[in-house]
Amino acid sequence: MSTGTQVEVVMPQMGVSVSEGTITRWLKQPGEAVTLDEPLLEISTDKVDTEVPSPGEGVLAEIRVQEGETVEVGSVLAVIAPEGAAAAEPEPATAPPAAESQAPEATTETEPIAPAAAGAPAPQTSPPPVPQASPPPEPQPQPAAQAGPETPGASAADVGSPAQQTHAEPQAGNGRTFVSPVVARIAAEHGVDPGAVAGTGQGGRVTKKDILAFIESGATAPPAQQPAAEPAAPAPQQPPVEAPVSTPEPQVAPAPQAAPAPPATPVAPPQPPPQAPPAPTPPPTPVVPVARGPEPVQPPSPTGEWEEPMNAMRRGIAEHMRRSLDTSAHVTSAIEVDMSKVVAARERLKQEYQRAYGVNPTYLAFVTKAAVETLRDWPWVNGELRGEKIVTRSFVNVGVAVSLEEGKGLIVPVIRNAQDLNLLGIARAIADVAERARTKKLMPDDVQGGTFTITNPGGYGTFHGTPVISQPQAAILGTYALVKRPWVVQDELGQDVIAIRPMMNITLTYDHRLVDGAYSGGFLRDLRARLEHWDGE
Amino acid sequence: MAEKTYLQAISDGLRQEMQRDQRVFVLGEDVGVYGGAFKVTQGFQEEFGAHRVLDMPLSETAIVGGSTGAALMGMRPVAEMQFADFVSCAWDHLVTVAAKQRYRAGTPIPIVLRLPSGGGFSGGPFHSQNPESSFAHIPGLKVVCPATPEDAKGLLATAIEDPNPVLYFEHKHLYRRIKGEVPDERFTTPFGKARVHREGDDITVITWGAMVYTADEAAGRLADDGLSVEVLDLRTLIPWDREAVLESVARCSKVLVLHEDTKTGGFGAEIAATIAEHAFEQLDAPVRRVAAPDSPVPFAPSLEKAFIPQVDDVAAALRELAAY
Repeated sequence: MSTGTQVEVVMPQMGVSVSEGTITRWLKQPGEAVTLDEPLLEISTDKVDTEVPSPGEGVLAEIRVQEGETVEVGSVLAVIAPEGAAAAEPEPATAPPAAESQAPEATTETEPIAPAAAGAPAPQTSPPPVPQASPPPEPQPQPAAQAGPETPGASAADVGSPAQQTHAEPQAGNGRTFVSPVVARIAAEHGVDPGAVAGTGQGGRVTKKDILAFIESGATAPPAQQPAAEPAAPAPQQPPVEAPVSTPEPQVAPAPQAAPAPPATPVAPPQPPPQAPPAPTPPPTPVVPVARGPEPVQPPSPTGEWEEPMNAMRRGIAEHMRRSLDTSAHVTSAIEVDMSKVVAARERLKQEYQRAYGVNPTYLAFVTKAAVETLRDWPWVNGELRGEKIVTRSFVNVGVAVSLEEGKGLIVPVIRNAQDLNLLGIARAIADVAERARTKKLMPDDVQGGTFTITNPGGYGTFHGTPVISQPQAAILGTYALVKRPWVVQDELGQDVIAIRPMMNITLTYDHRLVDGAYSGGFLRDLRARLEHWDGE
Repeated sequence: MAEKTYLQAISDGLRQEMQRDQRVFVLGEDVGVYGGAFKVTQGFQEEFGAHRVLDMPLSETAIVGGSTGAALMGMRPVAEMQFADFVSCAWDHLVTVAAKQRYRAGTPIPIVLRLPSGGGFSGGPFHSQNPESSFAHIPGLKVVCPATPEDAKGLLATAIEDPNPVLYFEHKHLYRRIKGEVPDERFTTPFGKARVHREGDDITVITWGAMVYTADEAAGRLADDGLSVEVLDLRTLIPWDREAVLESVARCSKVLVLHEDTKTGGFGAEIAATIAEHAFEQLDAPVRRVAAPDSPVPFAPSLEKAFIPQVDDVAAALRELAAY
C-alpha cells in the first residue's frame, strides 16, 4: 500500500573495523513483497554473520549483488520499489524454474547427495543460478509478449510491476498495456496476468470489472508459478543441531534421509552449549556424505573433488587458528570431575528455573560459573601477554563457543562481566547469545572483548580435546561428555568403595608462555573442588 | 413531519432555535422589518421582538464584528449576509479574529453566518458565487452546505450549537425549488457525515449543495444505459467525510468530483488529492472533476448556463468515465 520512492539497500557498516561484507543469502527474490525491517538478506563479515533488515517497504525490484560476492560497505545491494510501482518483473518467476530443472538433472544422475542440500544455500562456485539463468529467455519477449500464453506463470509472481515492459511498450500504441492501479492490485492479489484478460475499456484496456469477471470465471492460471517460487526461498539455514530439519524440497524427494547429522566434522570442536544435553541426533546408519550441503548443485566432478570458495567466516577461522598456534605455546591439561553434586543441584533447580524464568540450567552454566569464580584466584589464566607486559583483570568476559549449521562454522559470543552474574544469570546469558548466534542476530560488539573462553564439545560424547586459544587470551577451557563411570570413593567409614558417579573431563589449554603447568594445575584443582563440592544456588 | 421547501426548513429551524434558547438572536441587513431579502426571517421580529432580530447598517464588517463580540459575551448570534458574496467585506473580522480567537485565547466564538449562495437565476458576478473553498482553507472555521430541507434544518441546529464560527451556505436555487419531508420536532444533523443521495456501484459522484440534484439527474440518465452511479452528498466540507468518500471510491473505482464553484483551487481539488493519496490503488480511471470554469459568474442566462455545470455536462463526463 505504500507509495513512495525507491529505496536502496546498502551493505551496512557492521562495526568500525569492518570494511566489506559478503552476501551469504538472499531471503527475498526480485518481485517478492517486503515490509519494513523484514529480514532481507544475510551477510557475512569477518566479525559476524547477520541478517540485514529491509530499509523500506514494497517490492524487491532488483538484486545488484549476488550471493557469494563480496563488496565494500555502502555498496548498493538491491533496490526496493514501492509496491504497485513496477519492478524488474518477469525475472523471478522465469528464473527459478530454469535453475531448478538444471539442478535435479545434474544431481540425480550422479548421486543422491544432491537433495541433501536441504537448506544449504547453494554456494558461490557455480554461478549464482537464479539471475544468471534468466537473462537469455527474458530480454526477448518485448513486443506482444503480454498476451502470450507463456506469461501467466511469470507474471503471477508480481503483476503489479510490468514496469519495464509497460513503459517500453506504450508506443505500440493501443493502450492495451496500461494497467490501472486498481487492476494492478487485484491482479497481484489473485496472481492473474492482466494481459490474459479481455479488456473492454478504452482501447481494449482491462477494467476493474473485466478482471473481476475474469477471476470469478475461475480462469486464473497460477499453478505453475507456485512451486516455482518456493524453491527460491526455503533454505533453512539456522537451526542445525537440535531441529533436524525435514528437507522442504518438494520435487526431488527420493534421496535417503539427508540427515543434518553434525558428528562427522571433528574439526570444529566447539559445540553449542546449552540445549543439547541428550545428544539429540540419532543419525540413521552411515550417512557418509554428511554435511555435504552445498556441493550437490554443482555438476559431477570428473576427479571426485569439488572446490568451493571459503566464506568470510571460514576464512576468519582459518586465519585465526593458524595465527593462534603460531603465537601461543599451547599446552593442555585435563582433570576428571565427579559431578554428582552438580547433577543433584541441577535436578533441584531445573524445574524451578524453567518454570519461573524459562531458563535451562545447563551443565555448561555450572561449569562457567565455577570457572569464573576460580579465575579470581588464578588471574593469569584470565590474563594476556601484551608485548612485554602481563595483563590481569578484575573482570571476566567469557566467550562461549557456539557452533553453527551442522558443525560448519562457529562463533564465540562474549558474556561480559560474568563475575557479576549468578548461576541463573549465566545460564540465561548463555542461552541468549547462543540463540542470537544461531539466528544471526549478534552484533560486532557481542564477539569482542573476551578474556577467557569455554568450549563444550561434550555434547557429541567426546571425552577429551585440545582446543585452540582465542587470541589474545591466555587459556581456553574444554568441557566434555558427562558419563557414568565406576569411581573409587570413600564411604563414611573411610573405606574405599567403587561407586557409580557422573564424571566429566575438563581440559584447560593454556599459553605456556604465560601460564605454567603448576599454575594451570592449581586452577583445575580448584575448579574441580568447586564443582565437586557445589553448594551454591 | 411535513413537506417543506428548503427555505421553509431553514426558517422553521431558526425559529425553533430562537424559541428554545434565549441566547440565539438574528442580525443582518433587512432581516427585521422586511423579513430578509429571501424572507427567511419573515415574522421573526413580531414573534421575538426587535432586540432579537436586529436590522443592521449596510456593513458586513459591523455584522460579523458585532456577532463576534456578542459571542464572546455568551450569546449565540446567527448573522445573515444578504448574499454570500458579501462576506468578503467581513474577511478580516471573520478570518483574522473569529477564526483564531479560540486558538489564541481559548474563548469559543459560537457564531453562525447564513450565506445565501449559488447561481442559476442571472444574479450576475456579485450575487451568484460559491466561495466555500476560500473559507474551507481557513483553520478555525467550519463550512456547511446543506442540499435537502431536512439537512438544512438539522445542520442549522448543529451549527448554532457548535462553539466555532460556522459558515452556513444555503443555496438560493434550492430555496423554493426543492421540497422534502422535514421532522417538526427539533433535531440535529452531525457534521462530517456524508449522505448517500443515490446508491450505485460503477461510478461515484462526490458533490454537495445544488449540484446534488444535477448529479442525480445525470445519474438517472446513465441508469437508462445500465450504469449505476452513486451520488454522495458531503453535506459539510469542514469537516468532510473522508471515510465515506474513500469507501465509495474503493467500491466504484471511478470518481467524478462535482461542484458549482470554479475549478482551480475549488474544494474538489482537495477531495481529488485525498483520493490520490489514500486510494491510489483503488482507482480504475483518473479522478475527474467537473466544475465551473475559472471566470466570474456571467449575467447573461445563456452564458450562466454554460458556466454552471449542467446535467448534460455531468452525464457526458460520466459516460467518458464509464467507457474508460
